[in-house]
Amino acid sequence: MKRGLEGPAPEERPTPAGRRNKQGIRIDPEVEAIHEPRRTVISALVEHEPGVLAEVSGLFSRRQFNIESLTVGPTADEDRARITLVVEEPDPGIEQVKKQLRKLVPVISVRELAPDAMRRELALVKVDAENPAQVNAVADMYDANTVDSSPETATFEITGARQKIEAAIETFSQFGIREISRTGTTALARGTDDTAAPVSATESAAEAANQPDQTYTADDD
Amino acid sequence: MSERAASITPTEEQDDEQLEDAEITDSASPETDDVSDAETTGPVTNGAESVVRALENAGVEYAFGVQGGAIMPVYDALYDSDITHVTMAHEQGAAHAADAFGIVSGDPGVCLATSGPGATNLVTGIADADMDSDPMIALTGQVPTEFVGNDAFQETDTTGVTTPITKDNTFAADPDRVGSDVSEAFALAREGRPGPTLVDLPKDVTKSDTDREPDDPRVPDTYEVQERADEELVDAAAERIENSSRPVMLLGGGVIKGEASEACREFATEHEIPVITTMPGLGAFPEDHELSLEMAGMHGTGYANMAITHCDTLIGIGTRFDDRLTGGIETFAPDAELIHVDIDPAEISKNIHADYPLVGDAETVVEQLAAAVDASPQAKKWRAQCQQWKSDYSMAYDAPEDEPVQPEFVVEALDEATSDRAIVTTGVGQHQMWACQYWTFTEPRTWVSSHGLGTMGYGLPAAIGARLAADDDQEVVCVDGDGSFLMTLQGLSVAVRENLDITVAVLNNEYIGMVRQWQDAFFEGRHAASDYGWMPEFDKLAEAFGAQGFRIDDYDDVAETIEEAIAYDGPSVIDVHIDPQANVYPMVPSGGDNGQFALTEEQL
Repeated sequence: MKRGLEGPAPEERPTPAGRRNKQGIRIDPEVEAIHEPRRTVISALVEHEPGVLAEVSGLFSRRQFNIESLTVGPTADEDRARITLVVEEPDPGIEQVKKQLRKLVPVISVRELAPDAMRRELALVKVDAENPAQVNAVADMYDANTVDSSPETATFEITGARQKIEAAIETFSQFGIREISRTGTTALARGTDDTAAPVSATESAAEAANQPDQTYTADDD
Repeated sequence: MSERAASITPTEEQDDEQLEDAEITDSASPETDDVSDAETTGPVTNGAESVVRALENAGVEYAFGVQGGAIMPVYDALYDSDITHVTMAHEQGAAHAADAFGIVSGDPGVCLATSGPGATNLVTGIADADMDSDPMIALTGQVPTEFVGNDAFQETDTTGVTTPITKDNTFAADPDRVGSDVSEAFALAREGRPGPTLVDLPKDVTKSDTDREPDDPRVPDTYEVQERADEELVDAAAERIENSSRPVMLLGGGVIKGEASEACREFATEHEIPVITTMPGLGAFPEDHELSLEMAGMHGTGYANMAITHCDTLIGIGTRFDDRLTGGIETFAPDAELIHVDIDPAEISKNIHADYPLVGDAETVVEQLAAAVDASPQAKKWRAQCQQWKSDYSMAYDAPEDEPVQPEFVVEALDEATSDRAIVTTGVGQHQMWACQYWTFTEPRTWVSSHGLGTMGYGLPAAIGARLAADDDQEVVCVDGDGSFLMTLQGLSVAVRENLDITVAVLNNEYIGMVRQWQDAFFEGRHAASDYGWMPEFDKLAEAFGAQGFRIDDYDDVAETIEEAIAYDGPSVIDVHIDPQANVYPMVPSGGDNGQFALTEEQL
């Protein structure tokens, strides 16, 4: 039994020459490249209420954004908390992270920080301390503070940019690292620049709407 | 028994079932009449009354739900209210009915359920409303605050479960705030991009004394909506339109929700731009208009898919570029610069890169565009090409009299028998696609279906909600499939009790037909679990419920039976035995090229 409709078959139809890439961008000389992932810091000011962090983290897991770290803490205003996210995504993904975050009702404002923003992370590193002198020498090198010591171990607190912490951990590893706990990055914009602050309705909407923020290529610090 | 456990009285929970049929819905009952005005408009005395007051303040007429232990205080307060509560046979039906009410009326539909299983039964309907951006509010009972988190009887973390599928949800923790929480949920559901909101109502909060009246419905300060698009971008987009030679307008569901149909019609006809709709956009533009190319996408018309593939300027309004519309991203409108109008900035460049992102309310932005476009595009050749495609790929079907009834014929007969303003609801599957393709939609808010989530069983409860939202002179027709209808047909009991004038036409092929079609195309005809040869006789089943039952077996019955069923004042069900082998064409396979749609199975 014949099934289907009449009309020219697929191979008899003209097809346009153009194409889009996986990110939905028309492939033409200007935008031919697929965006490579880059790492960036996004700061969000949110209502300080139960469930906000779950909402934010749920958003990321649901949309499969690649989150490197997420930190949250109170601000000078007791009704507000600040969430700092480090994401590694291609540009369209970073735009989506920001737009999706802004959609959440308890989120007040969202900013992508400039590459020169102050970014800090805290790590606690517990190492074998059979050779205290050497261990302390390394600690001095990285401005690490001793927070605990025992005959077998020493625990240091290191704060700084992610790279400094990675370097410290790398160096400490020669002694044998027992445990590490890291906080993830927290960050603030420099000088008088706003990090993510309450903004006027028109300003934030206009920004959210159309213009991708500047594109930064720099890595951490 | 511990003190804690003792405070949930087992008898109270057991009573729930008997209470389900309480005469809460009957506004004409003497009890309701006896309630003095002073009592219905008097001061709030507890949390539940504050909740109901918030609904009244927002102008709610109907609420759909099922009674239960944790929501009882709210029902008790509803008992004295002018709001008509429609008791549903299942909470999923309550959510779909509320959803459909919101689609047809534009105001958020309201559904209620108790904690635990009541709330989880709403989940499918909430997710459905979320995917389709329909305004809806869900009020769920919750165990008393002191039990929350203890795995108490009928406890579910409802806000946790529904966070990903609501626009916003709130755990109401304070009897003084609970009314305002509901007001805010109502305001949020309809503001900006609409969506479902939920308020979880612990029983102690709704039972507690409070004299706090709810605040007026308003959205929180953190929720901002941009109404007008950036003027410079509008000018740039207008210039692009003026200079285009192959323009197309693509109208999505947002056009209907944003009441922008009229503005879009004016814009399209003034500048003679061919118009395509998405599935949720059906009705945004009259399909009998020369410029209409009808629906694009997986089962869209061949001409719409040719036009969307070959256009040079795509004006997408209120559409999120779902994969069922776009097919493969690489081949979607590959030559087109995209002007994208949407109220939700997160939709811009989410799936398809927008060259001209216009964020704002659809009606406002289309009016901005209309003001900015000075000259119509020179697109005479393009329009002729579109008309050529219309004749090349016409939506025709064969209906030989000696063969089983073709479903397309039934859809056309239903369309013929009803007015232009008739409302069509559907389940999900082949029947839904035939309804899209062969019903000629001309008015917004007449197409009520499950688009994004694709929820089988949506049709009947949606028809109930749509009936209550519709004008009396609008017929409500549910085009359903046998598989879909079987999922929620207990709603017939509600339609009969409320004597709702709806006509359900079950396109019965004794298959879960869309699956059967895909199995034939992609799984070597292995009909794994898609053969529904054990279907009941739906006409007799309807009669068992107290509805009117009809049956169609051949062409001679079609027109007459449909006429009778439509004329019947009350719920009627037509069991239409269609050709079990009928398939939906054209078809773009998942991720395929829209321009390469198949017209027959051999072309897949």
